[in-house]
Amino acid sequence: MLTRVLPSFGSRRSWRVFERNFMVYRTQWLMLVSGFFEPLFYLLSIGIGLNRLVGTIDVGGRPISYAAFVAPGMLATSMMNGAVIDSIFNTFFRLRISHAYDAVLSTPLDVTDVALGEVWWALARAAVYSASFLVCMTLLGDTVSAWVILCWPAALVVSLAFSSLGLAATTYIRSWQDFDLVSLVQLPIFLFSATFFPISVYPRWLGALVAASPLYQAATLMRGLGLGQFSWVMIPRLAYLVALGAVGLTIAARRFRRILVP
Amino acid sequence: MSETILEAHGLVKRFGDFEAVRGIDVSIARGESFGFLGPNGAGKTSTMRMISAVSAPTSGSIRIFGLDPTTDGPAVRSRLGVVPQEDNLELELSVRLNLEMFGRYFDLPRRVIRERTRELLAFAQLSERAEDRVDDLSGGMKRRLTIARALINQPELLILDEPTTGLDPQARHLLWDRLYRLKRDGVTLIVTTHYMDEAEQLCDRLVVMDHGRIVAEGAPRALIEQHSSREVVELRFSTDSHEEFLDVLAPFAPRVEALPDRALLYVDDGDATLHDIHASGLTPASALVRRSSLEDVFLRLTGRTLVD
Ligand SMILES: Nc1ncnc2c1ncn2[C@@H]1O[C@H](COP(=O)(O)OP(=O)(O)OP(=O)(O)O)[C@@H](O)[C@H]1O
Ligand SMILES: [Mg+2]
Repeated sequence: MLTRVLPSFGSRRSWRVFERNFMVYRTQWLMLVSGFFEPLFYLLSIGIGLNRLVGTIDVGGRPISYAAFVAPGMLATSMMNGAVIDSIFNTFFRLRISHAYDAVLSTPLDVTDVALGEVWWALARAAVYSASFLVCMTLLGDTVSAWVILCWPAALVVSLAFSSLGLAATTYIRSWQDFDLVSLVQLPIFLFSATFFPISVYPRWLGALVAASPLYQAATLMRGLGLGQFSWVMIPRLAYLVALGAVGLTIAARRFRRILVP
Repeated sequence: MSETILEAHGLVKRFGDFEAVRGIDVSIARGESFGFLGPNGAGKTSTMRMISAVSAPTSGSIRIFGLDPTTDGPAVRSRLGVVPQEDNLELELSVRLNLEMFGRYFDLPRRVIRERTRELLAFAQLSERAEDRVDDLSGGMKRRLTIARALINQPELLILDEPTTGLDPQARHLLWDRLYRLKRDGVTLIVTTHYMDEAEQLCDRLVVMDHGRIVAEGAPRALIEQHSSREVVELRFSTDSHEEFLDVLAPFAPRVEALPDRALLYVDDGDATLHDIHASGLTPASALVRRSSLEDVFLRLTGRTLVD
């Protein structure tokens, strides 16, 4: 599905947008460092704090440490947060404040190159951060299966889904005030997506709502891969995330065009 | 004239129900410098964005370098330089990186980019500020950088939308000088401006736009001859409204116009007219005789002044 959506627009010139973001990132080393430390903070706080309190947890008839239970979900959360910062905040700035994209469009690049370039960038960023997360996770002893390596490609899919949705959402944001709305959506997704505890703790009606959350699907998928517990349900979960990504990207490309070249 | 570099027919741009550009025809020859004049909202920027192969016309056709920008956009844009009305620099990057990154968009080799960046920094008088963030520059410095950036790919056709707005007189003359030299090297220029002196200086030929249409076209001198008299007498009275004097002044000139702060009489012999006015007992607070300028043509054509 991705391969059907992506090549239908954009060209190799989209790499220039990637290059541009890299240039900006190099000057913002603090952001780079914070992105690296974020997973470490997550894992340490859980490992040292909650792990003692909660002890082991039963997943699929097998007791595992709470840290090992929660770490894959944290990875999914970290992918979401990274996508929000990059796809929403930074893109909004270039789209509405500095009008940097307008300048790019007076060069040989076109709108689809810009949208695609941002996707490449989001993927590369996710690849680096999820890898560093998985390394930290392993070093801290929060892995229980070698299958955890599959969390890496899965993290890219998760990141793509959130980045695409983020790009699409950004095009509807008019002012900095609207970012409160972003938090209003992001926070409940973060808190209620069963990343900290199994979905079975919710009453059934709420459970159905939670199941629609992309973060829940992402976290559950990651947990299954991380624990090496495979099931056919992973396929619709993956398909759901890919579909959200494709829808987000399609909307984003259309809205970018409307805003940038009316 | 020589080879046509840009040709547009029946160009229309609609935003929703609003028609910003309502059928424009222009043909511009290689090496020419061509101006678009017109009051705020006339549709100049909308037109410039279409002819810089960025925004697609609602209807009509454009050929640039013999190519159709709606299908060959990248190829067309790679040979264009564009100075937009509003600066759109990378505020997160340094002055130098703004130029270098722009060169990358055009796929220029790094060595070429470095050389041109050095030269363009000097031209924009920003060599000392090369490592500063763009955000910290003054408004005029940002403008200079935007102009320099448009030259990084050594364009054949340079499109400038109000390039000198916000520039100090020295920077303005520096830009004019650069534009003359580019023109001498065969670069085609398309300019919009609200400064009539600039238009007279820079443009071989220009059009005046109003409400999305072209209302006049020609060389600056020809337009003045065609649409204005040889001389203009400017009178200021101590009054709140110069319109009150229109009737009194009518017999002295074929055409009289009232602006908020003065009355204009369009005549062939200004001194003789002024003499007649004084002889009739009228006592303007100040009086001035001058040659007709493009400004008079503009005022006349765009109806920004009132009575004929
Ligand atoms: N993206 C847009 N959406 C809706 N209306 C627009 C858009 N861009 C321009 N317009 C309208 O089109 C008309 C022409 O605008 P344009 O910017 O082309 O004028 P202009 O001649 O460049 O004016 P100025 O001298 O003030 O720069 C204006 O009425 C403007 O409001
Ligand atoms: Mg304009």
